[in-house]
Amino acid sequence: MDVLFHNVRELVERAEKENKLISEIMIEQEMNMTGRSREEIFAQMDRNLVVMEQALERGLNGVQSVSGLTGGDAVLLQNYIASGKSLSGDLLLDAVSKAVATNEVNAAMGTICATPTAGSAGVVPGTLFAVKNKLNPTREQMIRFLFTSGAFGFVVANNAFISGAAGGCQAEVGSAAGMAAAAIVEMAGGTPAQSSEAFAITLKNMLGLVCDPVAGLVEVPCVKRNAMGAANAMVAADMALAGITSRIPCDEVIGAMFRIGQTMHPSLKETARGGLAATPTGKALAAKIFGSAVEVD
Amino acid sequence: MKFTSVFDIIGPVMIGPSSSHTAGAARIGRVARDLFGRQPKWAKIHLYGSFAETFKGHGTDVAIVGGLLDFETFDERIKTAFEHAKNAGLEFDIIPETANKEHPNTARIVMGDEVSEMSVEGISIGGGKIEISEVNGFKLRLTGGMPAILVVHDDRAGCIANVANCLAMHHVNIGHMEVSRIERGQTALMVIEVDQNIDERILQQISLIPNITKVSKINN
Repeated sequence: MDVLFHNVRELVERAEKENKLISEIMIEQEMNMTGRSREEIFAQMDRNLVVMEQALERGLNGVQSVSGLTGGDAVLLQNYIASGKSLSGDLLLDAVSKAVATNEVNAAMGTICATPTAGSAGVVPGTLFAVKNKLNPTREQMIRFLFTSGAFGFVVANNAFISGAAGGCQAEVGSAAGMAAAAIVEMAGGTPAQSSEAFAITLKNMLGLVCDPVAGLVEVPCVKRNAMGAANAMVAADMALAGITSRIPCDEVIGAMFRIGQTMHPSLKETARGGLAATPTGKALAAKIFGSAVEVD
Repeated sequence: MKFTSVFDIIGPVMIGPSSSHTAGAARIGRVARDLFGRQPKWAKIHLYGSFAETFKGHGTDVAIVGGLLDFETFDERIKTAFEHAKNAGLEFDIIPETANKEHPNTARIVMGDEVSEMSVEGISIGGGKIEISEVNGFKLRLTGGMPAILVVHDDRAGCIANVANCLAMHHVNIGHMEVSRIERGQTALMVIEVDQNIDERILQQISLIPNITKVSKINN
């Protein structure tokens, strides 16, 4: 039962020293920890990938949540891309649209794969299925994308937190976006160090993000936060691949996220008592959905 | 180390919308059912912290009830678990509490049938991972990520050794073990995490050991 890395520095050092991909280190650690074979582990991740593909398809066909708060935005965005008028680039918007699609399915109580959580489940598959069209990866490379994401998420989960209730949205969508950025870099042929830079750049730009879901539902603003998490990941991956580095090392950014989350007020950690949930419209929506006023301080 | 597998991060496959409030809640319900050993006839489900504040929006209530009905996190029947509970003869109350618990996502399930009662407290720590923090008043820490055996016994010399011997005879390796008691010489609890799922036959043998009052298990 050997843990091969406790932080991002150890992960990158090991990958560089052994001339391996980060996904490979994650796979080896999983084999070490569980005693399962490489084939079994790959097969399980492949099943998760299939769930992600199915959720995406469902979302791109258009879904509506029970509350009526979310749904249909992925379709709007795909239509807009098809019109040829997009300003920020088709690939970027495709990632955004696919992240939204997955989260709309989640909000509709559909089946998804948590990455690392359900509320942040759009970012990793959204970016994966968008860059797929540009990089034409093999099935194995797509599965490796998930292992690379998982390696970074593993470090965050054990050194900080990945749930909004514990650390705010920065812990959820922030982690997911960092994980996606790191995996995009690997799929695009970047180095393990560049993956870590991409993670750091992404998370730095999501620090302090609170978890303030309207009516306590994983819908507003969660779906759009996944959209921006995907955009953040794509841009940070490009920055890292361009050779830009983070002045603050990746592990220290994760440490900063942890301390910010610890000092974040409880009203901003998935209790639906602060932030957007506590706006007049947020409260009115909550009252409308549950038929009576939900108490919000 | 709280998270040991990549599938804690990329996973679980689940019904939305929240890994902690839906998938984690379903797992707490399912582990509680496992510990009880069968489907209870009634359950009082107490919710604390963020669970109490937001359970309606996250489907925490249907998820825990679904778990008590043995539904997995990806079982689409979770959405309509209340109807399934009615059909399965499970009566339940959802009770949002205002008291503060150590962890924001805590659920306490008191359940039973005509034969016995049991209380299980679980926390959802993020990404669908859970820990069981209390069983029948005993504080403990159980992840549900590994198969485990819980043994309630009289606090007497030799009890722990006898159970360990029985497991050794069946070549069951113990990964982690905790023992606790509420009062000296009274009732005590062993929590034993093991490497493989435990055969019903081994449980029966353990239950025949002197001073053992109850044996339950969680399979993985």
